[in-house]
Amino acid sequence: MTGTEEMIKDLTRRVEKLLAEYDPARTDRLEFLRARFDAGLAWVHFPEGLGGLGLPRELQAHVDRLLAKAGAPDNDPRRNGIGLGMAAPTILAYGTEEQKKRFLRPLWTGEEIWCQLFSEPGAGSDLAALATRAEWDGEYWVVNGQKVWTSGAHKAHWGILVARTDPEAPKHRGMTYFLCDMRDPGVEVRPLRQITGEAEFNEVFLTDVRIPDEHRLGERGQGWQVATATLMNERVAIGGGDIPREGGMIGVVADTWRRRPELRRPDLHARLMRLWVEAEVARLTGKRLRQKLAAGQPGPEGSASKLTFARLSQQLSGLEIELLGEEGLRYGDWTMKRPDIVVFTGKDAGYRYLRAKGNSIEGGTSEILRNIVAERVLGLPPEPRVDKNVPWKDLPR
Amino acid sequence: MSEDLNLLYTDVEESVRDSVRSLLAKRCAPEKVVALYDGGDAGQRELWQALAGELGLAALLVPEEHGGAGASAREASVVLEELGRFVAPVPFLTSAVVATTALVEAGAGNLLGPLAAGEQTAALAVPLTTSPDGPIPAVTADGGALQGTATSVAGALEADVLLVPVRTEGGLQLHRVPAEAARITPLTSLDMTRQIADVDVTGAPADAVAEGEAAERAVRAALETGAALMASEQLGVAQWCLDTTVAYLKVRRQFGRIVGGFQALKHRLADLYVMVESARAAARYAAAALAADDPDRPVAASLAQAYCADAAVLAAEECIQLHGGIGMTWEHPAHLYLKRAKADQLAFGTPGAHHARLADLVDLPAA
Ligand SMILES: Cc1cc2nc3c(=O)[nH]c(=O)nc-3n(C[C@H](O)[C@H](O)[C@H](O)COP(=O)(O)OP(=O)(O)OC[C@H]3O[C@@H](n4cnc5c(N)ncnc54)[C@H](O)[C@@H]3O)c2cc1C
Repeated sequence: MTGTEEMIKDLTRRVEKLLAEYDPARTDRLEFLRARFDAGLAWVHFPEGLGGLGLPRELQAHVDRLLAKAGAPDNDPRRNGIGLGMAAPTILAYGTEEQKKRFLRPLWTGEEIWCQLFSEPGAGSDLAALATRAEWDGEYWVVNGQKVWTSGAHKAHWGILVARTDPEAPKHRGMTYFLCDMRDPGVEVRPLRQITGEAEFNEVFLTDVRIPDEHRLGERGQGWQVATATLMNERVAIGGGDIPREGGMIGVVADTWRRRPELRRPDLHARLMRLWVEAEVARLTGKRLRQKLAAGQPGPEGSASKLTFARLSQQLSGLEIELLGEEGLRYGDWTMKRPDIVVFTGKDAGYRYLRAKGNSIEGGTSEILRNIVAERVLGLPPEPRVDKNVPWKDLPR
Repeated sequence: MSEDLNLLYTDVEESVRDSVRSLLAKRCAPEKVVALYDGGDAGQRELWQALAGELGLAALLVPEEHGGAGASAREASVVLEELGRFVAPVPFLTSAVVATTALVEAGAGNLLGPLAAGEQTAALAVPLTTSPDGPIPAVTADGGALQGTATSVAGALEADVLLVPVRTEGGLQLHRVPAEAARITPLTSLDMTRQIADVDVTGAPADAVAEGEAAERAVRAALETGAALMASEQLGVAQWCLDTTVAYLKVRRQFGRIVGGFQALKHRLADLYVMVESARAAARYAAAALAADDPDRPVAASLAQAYCADAAVLAAEECIQLHGGIGMTWEHPAHLYLKRAKADQLAFGTPGAHHARLADLVDLPAA
């Protein structure tokens, strides 16, 4: 028997024990989720005591399947995508023991939702150019500045924040990473309406926000390094999920094709089949990447998955509108809403088409990701840098 | 579909790769391969003898009870990656994969001894373009005597034995014909590293190795295995094109800069990398599904062929474009890869044919 089979057996026993002690039919949802976390079955690749068992990442799917079959509640990962995909792995990698103990459990159970306070009006792709300041006043870090395009800030309890702590240092070296309490009176969140009509993201104004030193993540001046870890995880999180065949946008389009024979046209069939192949190959590529990572940290290869995901979701959602013909001319609802969850596949074709435009911008634009693949994977020369060793305060802005 | 197939390379597969690569690096220089286009022979026979004899590649897919190594499609796929990387002019795919599969599936394992030993090679006498689900091109039989020509057959020139599908009143049969009894006309091929020939078997002595359903099954299995595993050859071609282009653009200077530092080119190479890694996932999945005899086998094969065929062509086209003038020359090996990639794109069914087959398999009908 191989080691993997042993581990799967052991996991099965643990799941059975959890289900025996906390019958999903009679246990409160949150209580069940907490117990699951404490049993190490939340994310099995995390360390013991922090919701995991230190096992290979791939084995999580087995646990999820068993629990779903038993009708156990899940933590609805869509509600806290940034928390689970970005904040958690970064806290795990850079947090102190107290920080890991304090933040990971309520993050995983969804009791505390997270957002990402990185981008600014003057610093998007060039994140290291950010200008939000954090100054130590002897007691607190006092933060002032403005963030933008902050998804889900309106429902978040915590934000991962990068701020400038040393304007004298070159831009990459003068930043520090913080965990920001979004309920602090200095935090103001204003909806920012987007192309779909709704306001999924926000502007966030930070005025004298006081952050205690216990909420600094990583060393002072280490912010860029910590942020890079977040971003690599983000790229795997976007489009790197373990889904079944036809699990994403291709499933939506294929389903329409099957249900609506009157819509079928030869030219669209050729495109559909090409995209079906590409979507399935992309799924297998993601699977291969995850098998390779097993339990390790994502590298620049995650950028490749994100590039493919963005291209496919745009091409597929475009195809869907064309396939629908007259119906494709309609749109569900333009009223401004602030959604709790972004359900990509759940809305109508027009929404999907418009929302997909963000897939090649959010979490690093496709242009930036191609730079990363070219430089870090293929080793091609870096873009010329005019700002490398200049103190941040002397940079033209 | 099986979710537990391993898409990575095992240690055993990596060691197979190492030995094939080091032998090819010594004995399959591009100058030799290019000589094929000027009517040279490039030492093809000796190269195949070395691969078959020293490394036992001819025996790889032959079951142990018939004197083979009893390895799986996974190992064969890694061999094909390396053969693709060198555009090696050897009959591994045609003889050790396709013809061998036909004989195994036909239950004619007892005929495999000489193939496994590398003493003989075989070829399935159908056009290289035949796709696994279409009609099977066959010659006819008139009162027991064969009649007809199989066109554009790959591997026929090197073959000692031809496996010829024969259509009779009673159904399909698969016949074994000694190559010297057939009239084999070499054709000037787009890809001289896998030259095609027309094979006229009229009047040739033949004995049936399978009949009816069994013959049909054997030919289809051989074609499907060919399609599934050629994806790995295409991956090897694409990988070479990417590696070679990246290496060149790291040293070539224009406008006072390393050309590979220009973003327009970096982005194209990044896209090429993404495509090659995707092709790898598709090719690995096809090989893994075949090795595990997974029910998803036909989907995996068509998926891989539909994707990898175009990937190899695009990689070769980009390779030539990004090399500039040198890429157009006879002396740079890039053209060998383009010719192989383009011919491979038609082999065992075009991407279009595989899209159509997939449409059936996954219930996305055209109309
Ligand atoms: C739906 C959505 C949700 C988002 N959610 C969040 C969030 O929760 N938190 C957060 O912090 N941010 C979020 N963002 C912001 C996102 O990360 C930025 O928009 C993104 O990094 C691009 O920055 P920018 O908008 O300033 O564009 P710019 O950087 O100004 O780019 C403009 C154009 O120039 C190109 N470009 C820039 N630099 C280069 C270069 N070196 N080479 C080639 N091309 C270049 C870009 O690709 C783009 O096409 C979100 C964005 C979207 C669309």
